Amino acid sequence: MQINKVSKKVFLGGLVGYVFLYVPLIILVLYSFNDSRVNVGWVGFTLKWYKVLFSDKELINAAINSLTIAIIASVASVILGTLAGVALHKYKIPLLSVLIMIPVAAPELLVGIALLLFFLLINFTLGITSIILAHTAFCVSFVAIAVRSRMHGMDDSLIDAARDLGASPFKAFFLVLIPTILPGVIAGGLMAFTLSIDDFVITFFTAGVGSTTLPLAIYSMLKMGVTPEVNAVSTMIIIVTLILTTIATRLSPQLFK
Amino acid sequence: MKNFFSEKTVLSIPPLIYLIALFLVPTILMVVIAFREPGSYGGVAPLIEHVNNTTRINLTLDSFKFAMTSHFIWQLFWRSVGFSLLSTFCCLIIGYPLAMLIAKSKKNYREFLLLLVIIPFWSCFLIRIYAWMIILGPQSGFTHMINYIVNVLGYPPVNLLYSSAAVVICMIYINLPFMVLPLYANLEKHDEALIEASRDLGATNFQAFLKVTIPLSMPGILAGSALVFIPCIGMFVVPELVGNNCSLMIGNLIKQQFLQTMNWPLGSVTSIIMSLSVLGITLLFVCFAVRFGGLKYANK
Amino acid sequence: MAILEIQNVSKSFEDNLVVNNISINIEQGEFFTLLGPSGCGKTTLLRMIAGFTNPDSGKIFLDGKNITNLPPEERPLHTIFQSFALFPHLTVFDNVAFPLKMAKWNKIKLVSQVEELLEDVQLTKFAKRYPHELSGGQKQRVAIARSLVDRPKLLLLDEPLSALDARLREHMHVELVKLQEETGVTFVYVTHDQQEALALSSRMAVLNFGEIEQLDTPQAVYAKPKTYFAADFLGKCNLLPAEVRAITNKTLTLKVSDILEFDLDIEEVGEIKVGGKGWYAIRPEKIKANRNMPTEVEDIFTAKATTKSYYYYGDATLYEFTLANGTKLQAMLSNLRATQPNFFDNEQEVIVSFDPQAGNFLVE
Repeated sequence: MQINKVSKKVFLGGLVGYVFLYVPLIILVLYSFNDSRVNVGWVGFTLKWYKVLFSDKELINAAINSLTIAIIASVASVILGTLAGVALHKYKIPLLSVLIMIPVAAPELLVGIALLLFFLLINFTLGITSIILAHTAFCVSFVAIAVRSRMHGMDDSLIDAARDLGASPFKAFFLVLIPTILPGVIAGGLMAFTLSIDDFVITFFTAGVGSTTLPLAIYSMLKMGVTPEVNAVSTMIIIVTLILTTIATRLSPQLFK
Repeated sequence: MKNFFSEKTVLSIPPLIYLIALFLVPTILMVVIAFREPGSYGGVAPLIEHVNNTTRINLTLDSFKFAMTSHFIWQLFWRSVGFSLLSTFCCLIIGYPLAMLIAKSKKNYREFLLLLVIIPFWSCFLIRIYAWMIILGPQSGFTHMINYIVNVLGYPPVNLLYSSAAVVICMIYINLPFMVLPLYANLEKHDEALIEASRDLGATNFQAFLKVTIPLSMPGILAGSALVFIPCIGMFVVPELVGNNCSLMIGNLIKQQFLQTMNWPLGSVTSIIMSLSVLGITLLFVCFAVRFGGLKYANK
Repeated sequence: MAILEIQNVSKSFEDNLVVNNISINIEQGEFFTLLGPSGCGKTTLLRMIAGFTNPDSGKIFLDGKNITNLPPEERPLHTIFQSFALFPHLTVFDNVAFPLKMAKWNKIKLVSQVEELLEDVQLTKFAKRYPHELSGGQKQRVAIARSLVDRPKLLLLDEPLSALDARLREHMHVELVKLQEETGVTFVYVTHDQQEALALSSRMAVLNFGEIEQLDTPQAVYAKPKTYFAADFLGKCNLLPAEVRAITNKTLTLKVSDILEFDLDIEEVGEIKVGGKGWYAIRPEKIKANRNMPTEVEDIFTAKATTKSYYYYGDATLYEFTLANGTKLQAMLSNLRATQPNFFDNEQEVIVSFDPQAGNFLVE
């Protein structure tokens, strides 16, 4: 493939796009170090907002909730999602394909309401557990899609070969299939983790009174009164996202669709 | 018995059960609720009621009738569609050069450039809204600059935050990566030789772009547009945080009906209206895609 | 007793009859090839022997035992896949050791057996490498070692050389035949490449649309094809319309293309009747051409012909001649002289000659 010299117009246009994407975030991050109550005008460098952040018990609690939920939901959705991804690659299961596409294709609002209705239907008290169940539900889709795309690139005869050489279907699945698609599984898991930590809309509908996650806490902070503590928390989230995303893209370059 | 425990069932049953329970059943429930009477204290009225020695089944089309004739609901609906279309269009204008830049870059740079697009995308969208709350705030440098220009032109100062403009800007900002990634996926596959051939046959750079690149990138454009439009239509957080009473969207109404006014049947009807419009627009996009050379969507 | 008995096996996929009532007996120690174009059912048949698909009807016996519905891991045979199917997350050593691990071999025996196989395929130094670090030929050898390490009764090879380049393929032909002779394992080989089939097999079956066109040794299938397809598929063949004029004992008098008439000895009259129509098949290399009448004319049939065109293949040139009534005849003449690509120019008159016994009569 010919290495094309990027034309000036395209370069400028792209640059504008990147500027548009990053300037707001850079401003946000910068102001987290600003010695001022308002996000206007640079006064001086300070780390005090981070100190406030780390001593904000409620926020820390919310962060811990978010982390717990994300870990459990990723593990659960990785298990279910891998099964679904393998099944969809090998067999035609229209119902499963459609259900997998719901969180991807539908507006989050509707998914959130559907999940809320589920819990009301079975008289389930909303709380951390309901959030975990809800997150698992929508993360399964993304893990399944990541696993399925990884299986596209896999040599299908590997499983046949394992069976041919004496492995039972179980052994073939765990000793050959899983190791081969492992990068896809891990990438799906990281994606699920990030989606869970970041999620607002679905959590909003399925959280009970008193169970807060980080995004929910940020939301109330945004509604009630903003201090640069929000900037500090946002910066932390951006950094964590950066790390997770870099790892995920290393493992599964086909993640982008 | 052996056939029941076939690999196909063992693999698909666990996720199927989970997803049927959490997605399919509630969705069916939501459709059913649309036909129920609203309950006196919220939610839905009992299906079968004994009143005055007669049994009555409480099913009605009242909510549908109300929604169809409500000026307010349709106003919200068309506003949502309008905002979403505008956002989609702007995402296309900003995102196309971006996607093109990445697609035409050297292979080594591409992964990095894509990562740059994805990082904001994976950060919680509340953060991204907040960033614009800062920029559009009444005391920010940006607002001062805009107001200076407005002043020079002779108009009264404008409030950038808490306006429809802020809503649209945030929607663009949040959903831009959804446009860039499918566009990139498409542009990356374009054969350089096609552009060279068109230049060879007399086309200028611009003509080649118009007559070759754009048509070939149609599937990417349509995929990206669908992926931006659908979340936009369902937004309620953005209008809540940066909008005003004149920029409420249909998502806000649905949320209000389910969580505040507790008129579930009406909420369900409104949700159905939203779902159908989403489905309709997606089908439209798919039809366009098929028209442009029978290309299949990776999205569906 | 045959080591592999396929009895009346049939298989359909969605209304498509892919394998149609096939029966084959394969003897111990054979190099047996299933040859045919894509879609002829050869791979499906192989997969039924391996156990990845089950036949709709019919039975398969391995060494007397009915394996028709056994799962693959319980059949004492192995498959070599087109893509080699080496486990990417395991080293060469672990790949080869895999079947022994599944059969729970004692560790010491396992190690010595694997090392022995690695030596046989000359890959001892690569034991710790991973598949993605190997060349195509090396991967092929690992696949072979892995499939032979537990001394299976039968080895199935599914177009194993199609992923290799031409030169390597030819080298592997020699290797495979040697390997089969040394180990004595019965090979069932699937290919669409007729040259490969002819070179490697002790016996072969030509398949078309799920049925066997002919099953015999390569020499018999090539020289005496029994069906139009078998004649046409294995290399070039002149197929001239023929009519049986008379039958005397085991000799047919044939009128070929309305202008040639000669006698052909056959093994069995079978269903051939006087007046019956069919084809006379004769390979191009059996036909000679000269400017003049050949001096020895015993048992040789001759006719006048005109050169229409020729194609230079390096080692030989393929000529297209036309007989007096326009019938086309292809002849392959070796290029004994290196200096010129052809003996005859276009439109040149020649005498073509051949031994009628070198051909075969096929019933329509």
